[in-house]
Amino acid sequence: MITSCSQGSIMAVPIAIHLEFGGGAELLFDGVKDHHVTLPSQSEPWDMKQLLVWIRGNLLKERPELFVQGDSVRPGILVLINDADWELMGELEYQLQDQDNVVFISTLHGG
Amino acid sequence: MCQVEEEYSGPLEKTSLPTVSKKCMKCKESTAVLIIRVGDAFCRDCFREYFVHKFRAMLGKNRVIFPGEKVLLAVSGGPASSSMLTQVQEGLSRDAPKKLRFAPGIIYIDEGGACDQNAEEREKTLSQMEAIFRKTGFPYHIVSLEQVFSLPNSVLEPVSCGPERPGSSYKAAVDQYLQQKEVNQRQGQLATEEAQDAVAHLSVQASQVSPEHKQALEKLFSSLKTLTARQDMLQTLRQHLILHTARLNGYSKVMMGDSCTRLAIRLLSNISLGRGASLAVDTGFSDPRYGDVVIVRPMRDYSSKEIAFYNRLFGVRSLFISGLGTKTSNKASIQQLTESFVIKLQADFPSTVSTIYRTSEKLHTACPPQTSGAVAADKCLLCLCAVCNKAGKSQHQHYHFYYKHFVDAASASHASLISERLSRGELGMEAKIDPASCCPSGTLDPFSCQREGQGCGEGGSCTAARAPAPADLKSLLCYSCRLTVEDMAAEDTLPPYITSEAEKRWNSMSRLRANPAAPFTRAESQNNRIDTEAHTWAPRCRDKGR
Repeated sequence: MITSCSQGSIMAVPIAIHLEFGGGAELLFDGVKDHHVTLPSQSEPWDMKQLLVWIRGNLLKERPELFVQGDSVRPGILVLINDADWELMGELEYQLQDQDNVVFISTLHGG
Repeated sequence: MCQVEEEYSGPLEKTSLPTVSKKCMKCKESTAVLIIRVGDAFCRDCFREYFVHKFRAMLGKNRVIFPGEKVLLAVSGGPASSSMLTQVQEGLSRDAPKKLRFAPGIIYIDEGGACDQNAEEREKTLSQMEAIFRKTGFPYHIVSLEQVFSLPNSVLEPVSCGPERPGSSYKAAVDQYLQQKEVNQRQGQLATEEAQDAVAHLSVQASQVSPEHKQALEKLFSSLKTLTARQDMLQTLRQHLILHTARLNGYSKVMMGDSCTRLAIRLLSNISLGRGASLAVDTGFSDPRYGDVVIVRPMRDYSSKEIAFYNRLFGVRSLFISGLGTKTSNKASIQQLTESFVIKLQADFPSTVSTIYRTSEKLHTACPPQTSGAVAADKCLLCLCAVCNKAGKSQHQHYHFYYKHFVDAASASHASLISERLSRGELGMEAKIDPASCCPSGTLDPFSCQREGQGCGEGGSCTAARAPAPADLKSLLCYSCRLTVEDMAAEDTLPPYITSEAEKRWNSMSRLRANPAAPFTRAESQNNRIDTEAHTWAPRCRDKGR
């Protein structure tokens, strides 16, 4: 059955994402800065909001309140999607695509 | 304020998300990659230009760094100071006539001892930092925090600042430098300069940390009960180490990598810590309180977002080194709390940090005339900020009869000491002392004896007739440093240079107290006359003058 959708055809395929953590955020992920993850396929496209929930559930090792706050990241953590400010991409509503690079940089306790 | 999110989330709803990629607001051609400030979108190249230009403009606007001057860059490894290092490198390497012209050196302080890092982590961090420094080609100094235990007293001695260099001489200095450089080049002196640099690289390694110092540092930090006090003490010790290294190696300027965000946080937390009096120097572009060494903050115009983006986009290497506040809760210390407050507010109101910054720019000190020479009693022992210890103008004639004590009866700091003792119920005892028998000078002025903070009050007996009482460190400190020291379980864990300088000052004050009729040394009496003009920010002192 062909469903016409406006989002494009990548719907039921797992998405491979390259995640990076810096500026101290990596401490919450066992010190590992680079993560290549594959998000399981689902009917709706993955967006940043869901990604954060997924990270919290699957990658975050400790102290979730130091990374996420409510729906979004904790204030002070910058997010770059493909080396661009996520504010320009729609922040939480941005829909992830295969091979996207998402970087989380903590600017707290900066030097 | 806590309800901001609930009340204001309506009107602050972001406008519809951009479906078409936004264009750079400067060149209007390329796609923007980041938004800084409130809504300015920049593309990669325009951002780079903007970033680099801001650094030069900051240095050019405040003409405090003269050509050929030796400048020490305080690099902590974090993003802001690493970015500063890159900017300096870039600025020095350009061949344009506007290139920077000073001789940089780098200092890195290994604070692992205070932050409970094990030896292996410290080694690893040190070797990574060294690799970064070696690539720059500048002479570098790696100092461990434990070295505070071998600092000399002279670090705390106030120094009068060097001769004033008026702005007009800046241009002349630049011209002269350029001419000299041409002459040197012709005579092939460049080779010798390079050789000197190479030699400088060799002997800058800090010696191995001795186990006694390591233990002493651990004792010091574990005797401080609150994280607030620990962070404050760390900051103080760090400043002393940097100051000492700068003096030792002939650096007349120190560049700190404090970003706009960090300075805004510092401004607010300093007010909470009781450092309101030195706000201007703590957060301003230049900090002249040490006299011969001036601290400058060229990164104070950059928000931490701009710095993080620049580092990411242009490959500036920085390390994350765990500090005292890492992984602690929001409320662990005053500094942490202020940081989370400001950052959170900034997320909803993007002009928060810049507003605080603009406010801080308006702060100026009524600068005490530097040429009068520094009087030790005027400066806090630890942070070397000016302390309001003198009364008003009309007092000075009576000074040597009644107010020979370094903590003047009518000054703000004395008032706070009084209220402290009052709340502890100690003042009652002093009132019973017969003023005539107590004060050696025989002055019957009850004001001076009863209200006196330390000398006569301690133990209810006058110190003059006996051996000098052990130095009361707290009376030599400003309000905020006093709070930090009060947080210590044991004052003797302080490094020796602090305790011996305290003894020295205390003894010279005791000497004054014991010999009220003794004429002041010429310098001291001159200072008294001049310094009464200095404390214009504390009108209370003046008004109480009689």
